[in-house]
Amino acid sequence: MTEKLTSSTAAPRSRKSRKHLPAEVDAQLESQDRRRFLRGSAAIAGGVVAAGAAGAAAAQALPIPDSNKSMGKAMPATEYGMPSQFEKHVVRRRTDVFVNRQNWSDWSMTPLQHQPGIITPNGLIFERHHAGTPDIDPAKHRLVIHGMVKQPLMFSMDDLVRYPSVSRFHFHECSGNGLTDWLKPASKTVQQTHGLLSGCLWTGVLLSTLLEEAGVDPAGKWVIFEGADGSAHTRSVPIEKCMDDTMIVYGMNGERLRPENGYPVRAVMPGWEGNVSVKWLRRIKVTDQPAHFRSETARYTDPMPDGKWRQFSMVMECKSVITNPSGGMVLKGPGFHEITGLAWSGAGKVRHVDVSVDGGANWREATLEEPIMDKSLTRFKFGWNWNGGPATLMSRAVDSTGYVQPSVAEIQKVRAIVGFVQHHNAIQPWSVNAKGEVSNVIGQV
Amino acid sequence: MSSAKFKLLAVSVVGALVLAACASPGGGGGHTKEGIPLGATGPHPVQPLPDKPRFGQPVSEAQLAAWNIDIRTPDGKGLPAGRGSVSEGQKIYVAKCLACHGENAKGGSVYGAMVGGIGSFKTGTRVLTPGSMYPYAPILFDYIRRSMPMDSPQSLTANEVYALSAYILNLNGLVAADAVMDQNSLPKVQMPNRDGFIVDNRPDVRAVRCMSNCK
Repeated sequence: MTEKLTSSTAAPRSRKSRKHLPAEVDAQLESQDRRRFLRGSAAIAGGVVAAGAAGAAAAQALPIPDSNKSMGKAMPATEYGMPSQFEKHVVRRRTDVFVNRQNWSDWSMTPLQHQPGIITPNGLIFERHHAGTPDIDPAKHRLVIHGMVKQPLMFSMDDLVRYPSVSRFHFHECSGNGLTDWLKPASKTVQQTHGLLSGCLWTGVLLSTLLEEAGVDPAGKWVIFEGADGSAHTRSVPIEKCMDDTMIVYGMNGERLRPENGYPVRAVMPGWEGNVSVKWLRRIKVTDQPAHFRSETARYTDPMPDGKWRQFSMVMECKSVITNPSGGMVLKGPGFHEITGLAWSGAGKVRHVDVSVDGGANWREATLEEPIMDKSLTRFKFGWNWNGGPATLMSRAVDSTGYVQPSVAEIQKVRAIVGFVQHHNAIQPWSVNAKGEVSNVIGQV
Repeated sequence: MSSAKFKLLAVSVVGALVLAACASPGGGGGHTKEGIPLGATGPHPVQPLPDKPRFGQPVSEAQLAAWNIDIRTPDGKGLPAGRGSVSEGQKIYVAKCLACHGENAKGGSVYGAMVGGIGSFKTGTRVLTPGSMYPYAPILFDYIRRSMPMDSPQSLTANEVYALSAYILNLNGLVAADAVMDQNSLPKVQMPNRDGFIVDNRPDVRAVRCMSNCK
């Protein structure tokens, strides 16, 4: 134990001593492939021989691109811009592991392997609906607050946007993210293992502002949220969360919500499992106790030993995943590769991310890219010089409470990994073989 | 108190909070009185307001009657008047539910079984049905009324919802074949998973940040 604690502080210290070096160079110097790296540097320094050989195909003069020799597309009077025709593969996908026999109560996943940075574009934010996407006219939509309040209130969308607004970056994650991949791999790509995750800038009004206006009865301890969709999705939430950072949201990433993400208005409960952030929000009712709906008893509860179920497990615990390279990719030869991914915590900020390239035997601290925000996706980067041999890549996050992301084996000691297990925040290993093919090896390391 | 002293006190309070957070990995940010972890991270900056805006339009509970359909399921508070029997429920089920859920709720073209599973939670295959999973019988009423049938939710009468609840409970062996469900009888049905839940007690895993020779 003492040894482990000592080494955990040793690595960051050795990094600090070379603070002037970029993270990639730093990591390379520390890598086990130091000699290989130096040989590579010598070759480059030695002359243009290597570059010339590699560039033989480019001996021909580069032609002027056609795009230089013609007029582009004219600007239309109005337009909603779309991605390039060459980016058509970057799309949400329904689960291809747990195939539902209908697509109204279903989920689609974010292509995290194609996402640079920490913001998910609005067309790629994951979906989970219980009865499809309603098409709601904002002019007709009404939100009400009632129950244990002094004065029940009704708000139109025009009313809601008049309040002082807040915009905050928060991750959004389904409690079932990773549910198909616990003890053995079922999914191929990071989109399928971790794609019930997105990062957004949410804009709206604090719920506390609206609750204070209605005047909450001191005996009101829980709040029921209900959606205007065909499932009338409902959850009970402690008043403490409602008065803390819960937002009533109408904007995401600089525009109004998309229909599939709750248009025209939804709740956002930062850091908590996605389904409590009720979409198409219609009703907020203050009560003295939880209602124990189906959605908080028969669903969204976690199997525990002795046949029990853990209820009201709201916080999404600290987690990380390497998005590049990740399952289904092929490394283009030995040499430098940037290992990068996402880390997040529902209990605060990401403090550290460690990366292992040897299946968890040895770890080195990755560089966290700013901004590092509360309950937000955080991007980490780690320069790696691949020696061309088999490797197993893993990331492990630590949050501002000191919580360390666990392995599946560590979670399995205290929970029952059976059926629809929620809150899978374990370390994700990706295996790289000698051909550079990357595959999911959850539960195999 | 001088302002210097006040600042000193403020700093020590902040220090204590930070220490408290560090002492409890993953558990920072307090709990509800039930013990549910909140993950709270402290105040965010808010814009100062000259006056509190008030744009909410007063509304009465009577105006919200059609919307106010949630049931407090442990005791059935909010259950409406009406009644329905097992045999009535069977007829409605055949007409409106069978296509997706199958004969006798054993699973159909779209959804799995709604019967059985009682006693399965201590085995390696937990079978989740209303009978095995719901801690309180009024959950059936609340859920069927708000969400079912999937292609026409909130179309059933209270009598129909009581009847379907009775039918599903009977198929699960939890009420007799001649049972009639209403706002008094439904909450009294004893569900086998009533004591099957524990309140969130995470963080339950205390991993160590080992950096070298960890395996």
